Amino acid sequence: MKTRTEIVLAGVGGQGLILIGKIVGEAAALFEGKNAVQTQSYGVASRGGFSKSEIVISNEEVAYPEVLEPDLVLALSQQSYDMYRSKIGKDSLLVYDSDTIRQGECSGIALGYPITSTAVNLHNLKILNMIALGILARLGASRSNIADFPSYNSLKKSLEQNTPAQYRNLNLEAFERGFKMV
Amino acid sequence: MTGEVKFLQGNEACFEGALKAGARFYAGYPITPSSEIAEMASQRLPAVGGVFIQMEDELASMAALVGASMAGAKAFTATSGPGFSLMQENLGLAIMTEAPCVVINVQRSGPSTGLATKPAQADVMQARWGTHGDHAIITLCPTSVQECYDLMIYAFNFSEKFRTPVIFLSDEIVGHMREKVVLRDDIPVINRPFPQGDPKQYMPYKPGENKVPPMAYFGSEYVFHASSSMHDETGYPNNTAQNADKVIRRLYEKIYDHRDEISIIKEFETKDADVLFISFGSAARSSREAVNMMRKDGIKAGLLQINTIWPFPDKKVRQLISHAKVVLVPEMNLGQIINEVRKLSEGKPVFGVNKVDSTIITPGEIVNKAKEVLQNA
Repeated sequence: MKTRTEIVLAGVGGQGLILIGKIVGEAAALFEGKNAVQTQSYGVASRGGFSKSEIVISNEEVAYPEVLEPDLVLALSQQSYDMYRSKIGKDSLLVYDSDTIRQGECSGIALGYPITSTAVNLHNLKILNMIALGILARLGASRSNIADFPSYNSLKKSLEQNTPAQYRNLNLEAFERGFKMV
Repeated sequence: MTGEVKFLQGNEACFEGALKAGARFYAGYPITPSSEIAEMASQRLPAVGGVFIQMEDELASMAALVGASMAGAKAFTATSGPGFSLMQENLGLAIMTEAPCVVINVQRSGPSTGLATKPAQADVMQARWGTHGDHAIITLCPTSVQECYDLMIYAFNFSEKFRTPVIFLSDEIVGHMREKVVLRDDIPVINRPFPQGDPKQYMPYKPGENKVPPMAYFGSEYVFHASSSMHDETGYPNNTAQNADKVIRRLYEKIYDHRDEISIIKEFETKDADVLFISFGSAARSSREAVNMMRKDGIKAGLLQINTIWPFPDKKVRQLISHAKVVLVPEMNLGQIINEVRKLSEGKPVFGVNKVDSTIITPGEIVNKAKEVLQNA
């Protein structure tokens, strides 16, 4: 039996993927008593270029810190979508931004949501990551292969302590909006 | 283990450990993948009466550490390969003047500026022999965020107790990964011995307990001279053959006489291990997963994780090798620690699992190599 829940958040630098990775990891580790490791990979540019954040959650000790076979992939760029779409397992989820990504054949379960347009309509592109986080939270609550994904309440607590006070309500609103999109 | 529980990066935990150990001086030049340490030091040290200086480069950073240490502070810096290269000259100064300090090197892929954001474990021998001359050095390697915190306290403790620079050899993976960490308060903090007696009679380099001279600080009533050149117990130059022999041996012995105390290792399923992995840093995490995978397949695998790589834990390595059928050394370089293991293997085969493409060694790669080696054994 698989003991690890493995999550990949992939896109381009500047989208805030490392922040939501931290929020997910912290929610699992501090509010749900699980073991969680969050790692990241990025290039030398602070904006643009491939960037990803990974989280491994388990009730057992997490020895190897990176993702081996993702159960859940969030893709916020064409490059990251193409990188994973034919490599994931048949029960794994590939959540992508249907506003900006051209769909191709996927070896798992591809789920597209209009993340970019929702972010722009609500405020601006900077809250893209929080809308995506809300979507993942809702999927985590309903899909058995990612049952260890942190709950809505744990994520909310983690989000609150990881965002600056002046943007907290905006981030929470975006998170809620994403949650309701599923 | 009690203390505040947080979800932090390895680099952040390094800073928390340093602060807990009493560090109050940081001089450095930011460089990926170590910059979070400088960032935190700049925000947090002034708030506790400490000092943060962004220096013009790493040569000056290391010089500032020696000065701060002489002035009585627990001092540290953080860098990566390119900066660590520039620190070598003044690292020698810290060894020669016996200035306690801690130098963190969060390893990235080289040579030279290499791949700035990507990991490697290729500065193992540089940590040992990067600065010239016969010398001993203590080097600690973390494999987790908790170990970043714990081992930083040990790093300062060893540096204070033995009056020596200590190198903290992390890597990009451990430095940037986030995990739960307990900011524990049950590790005792050691401070350097202060001289006793008449200040006029103070001999700054006269060895005390454990061959380590008690240390005054600049500005105290114990006035002293510190020199990079060969000196005797007075601190002033002495070029006799007899003195040089005495000093070089003492600087070496004050560390090597205490190898057992300095050696920090962890064993996972080693008792009945036919396949023994010896590893450190992020590669040790992959090795542990490999042990789990092989045990599930019914193969008796075990891991010796070495947290103190210098001085190399000879005794333990020799003992465990003697019981194993085959030994493998996973490391993110073309073979550095493996040579230390081979010196002790007495003819037993030792195989490397090496990777230099700037990605972490996977457990599967280790298992495959181990199975291949077992088949031919």
